[in-house]
Amino acid sequence: MKRIFTILLSALLGSALSAQAASLEVVATTPDLGSIAMSIGGDKVHVTSLARGTEDPHFVDAKPSFARILNKADVLIEGGAELEIGWLPPLVDNARNRKIARGGEGRVDASEGVALLDIPAGKVDRSQGDVHAGGNPHYLLDPDNGKIVAKHLAAHFSKVDPANAAVYSKNLGVFEMALDAKAKEWSGLLQAHQGAKVVTYHKSFEYFAHHFGFVVVGQIESKPGIEPSPTYINSLIPKMKEASVKLVIVEPNRSKKTSEYVATSIGVPVVYLPILVGGNDEATDYIKLIDSNVRSVAKALK
Amino acid sequence: MLSVLCGQAYAQSNPANNPPSVEQLQKQLQQMQEEFRKQQELQRQQIQSLEQQLQQLKQSQTTITQEQQAIKQQTTAAPTNNADKTGDPIMDKPWRITDPIRVSKGAAFMDIGLVGTLAAGGSTANDLDDLQIGGHDPNQRGFTLQGLEANFSGAVDTYFRGNANVLFAIDGEGETFVELEEAWLESIALPGNFQIRAGQYLTEFGRINTQHPHSWSFVDAPLVSARFLGSDGLRNPGARLSWLAPTPWYTELFLGLQNSQGSTATGFRSDGGHSHGGEGAEGIPFSFRHADNNRGIKGFDDLLITPRLATSFNLTDNQTLLLGVSGAFGPNANGGGGENTRTEIFGADLTWKWRPENHSGGFPFVQFQTEAMMRKYGTGSFDWDEDADGLLADEDGDGNPDAGQLFDPATGLPAILAAEKLTDYGLYSQLSYGFRKGWVAGLRFDYVTGDVASYQTMGLLEPDGTGGFNGVFDKYRATRYRISPNLTWYPTEFSKIRLQYNYDDRTDFGIDHSVWLQFQFVLGAHAAHKF
Repeated sequence: MKRIFTILLSALLGSALSAQAASLEVVATTPDLGSIAMSIGGDKVHVTSLARGTEDPHFVDAKPSFARILNKADVLIEGGAELEIGWLPPLVDNARNRKIARGGEGRVDASEGVALLDIPAGKVDRSQGDVHAGGNPHYLLDPDNGKIVAKHLAAHFSKVDPANAAVYSKNLGVFEMALDAKAKEWSGLLQAHQGAKVVTYHKSFEYFAHHFGFVVVGQIESKPGIEPSPTYINSLIPKMKEASVKLVIVEPNRSKKTSEYVATSIGVPVVYLPILVGGNDEATDYIKLIDSNVRSVAKALK
Repeated sequence: MLSVLCGQAYAQSNPANNPPSVEQLQKQLQQMQEEFRKQQELQRQQIQSLEQQLQQLKQSQTTITQEQQAIKQQTTAAPTNNADKTGDPIMDKPWRITDPIRVSKGAAFMDIGLVGTLAAGGSTANDLDDLQIGGHDPNQRGFTLQGLEANFSGAVDTYFRGNANVLFAIDGEGETFVELEEAWLESIALPGNFQIRAGQYLTEFGRINTQHPHSWSFVDAPLVSARFLGSDGLRNPGARLSWLAPTPWYTELFLGLQNSQGSTATGFRSDGGHSHGGEGAEGIPFSFRHADNNRGIKGFDDLLITPRLATSFNLTDNQTLLLGVSGAFGPNANGGGGENTRTEIFGADLTWKWRPENHSGGFPFVQFQTEAMMRKYGTGSFDWDEDADGLLADEDGDGNPDAGQLFDPATGLPAILAAEKLTDYGLYSQLSYGFRKGWVAGLRFDYVTGDVASYQTMGLLEPDGTGGFNGVFDKYRATRYRISPNLTWYPTEFSKIRLQYNYDDRTDFGIDHSVWLQFQFVLGAHAAHKF
């Protein structure tokens, strides 16, 4: 009897201890932010990502279950730059959690400290399409920005959970080293294609192109968020040919028919690159996402 | 695993075979203390370093924005007025139309949005006011400005956020009118997962009642909500407490207390209905009885009580189900003879949504939404011989008794109605299919009906005011159904164009066909999409 009691007690203690091991409940709006949070937090954090890697992060369904997830969160990491403006605010309102309310100690805007591209200058209005006044929010496809976000998260985790600061700092070092090692490999793979001209479907790959030295000469979309008309596409194709575009880059959830029509008409390959972790089978974490994208591009340009 | 743990526990509970000396223990303790101090120092340094990095990052960003601003200012021909500078980088940034309109004094901000909705179309029905019973339904042949809705919202302070919806519309006579749809404040973070909302608000009853018309999937209000909850929805000043249950799935409990009188408390102590719209307009008094129960608020019983329970499950990663049950209980305006007559409305709702994992811009999707309601309306007893002269009233003095009163043809005397409970039912079901980016096809089915009541089976007659007589027919409780297919195109998320056909079948009125084309535009802040 006593023995059984001891077994039960140690089992209970064991589970209590393992539950205690993750001291921070972290919610990331997208799985790429979630992946970096896992790398930095290790076993000291429990990470939940709201959006799935395959979906359009601008139009995530505001499932009621998210309110409950946010209700329990110690930290909420958002991409910022209006990425989640269409679905996150009412969920946070209903979460009734002071920690993750705007300005709360657990609220992290991952775009802080990142030099955002495409910040519109001059007069801007909605006739120009869905222009993000704060800049282009797809900054994580530049691994240098991944590093900035990782540093930011390590600093933030240490602030809300000082007891594990050493762990976060150590994990940051490991993450940076892994990224640096890969960065050499990546520049080796893409060295030969510096300055290659590409056309993308949406302005999702500006940072990727910026980092790896590609020149984005245009989009298949006529304006941000506006699907192209056949007339527009037919006017685009000769321009792309003239500019000697080498590659068409498209997110996996865009119209394959339109993308392939454009690519075939220009006579160049098309690659489907996920923009989030989990966007394809290979992109299981942040470094693998960039790795998968780099390899796809290198293979297509060979 | 368990036996290992157990073994450890056993080992710890037994003193070691060779007890260490005091010196050994002291030395060990000193070593550990030294180790601990070192660790602490290391961590402190690490935190400082990380904090510095964070600070640098933030500074570098501020520098970038400042540089950008400087460049922008250089390139802008218009001189900048330094007197307008607030020192706040957000406020000093030049405003662009994609920014929420922000009105600031000190640290207070407000988002402002405008939604304009316009409809055009026609119908075979000549009584469009009775056909289109929603307060903002298109209700005349030709053009209807369904509404221009202004929304103001923002954080009030660290404790509350505020919201106001003011609606401007033009009625059938061309008169512009203004409605204060909502004006409330809500707690940001109360302990215990509670939230309080107070002010004028749309009662938390089902799905459609809390949504503003611009977010509906159809041109007009469902029949059941317009008939039972009012042409403009059930809304009144009051307070609502909600609790987010600590269950693994989403469960929220609401309890609302609102005034039960006023024109937007249809079905309760509304004294003559809302000033525009159809059925609801003079939908009270119900069933040929006067409504004059304006007794003010004397006790808890005189308030409108509205509980709701909502729960949601993710059936799969792509499918979400939301279920709810709602109630609205309060006194009604029918107990003219001093009786405490009450109305009870019960509702059940179900929303199911499918959206695949690889959607683009939210498309494709399928959404099914249905709400069923039952209303029990207690009427007071009533003697149509109000002046006790044994005759029907003839106020216009044309020698014919006035319309709208009842008499018993067997005796020729004004009718005496007993108190009774009238039961009505209704539901709507709607399916929306976003079949390609920006395009949504919809189909809605509406049905409302009422149980036959004793005042309808007594063989009473109603004078038509010109010497003729009609049987008792209560169009506000009569059976009616409607089928509405529609097609919506969203050029962007800020505009939409919708074409809808309504097939209406009303008891005693017959079949009508209507076609409506609706346009909508959003300016300024666009509220995020709720589930």
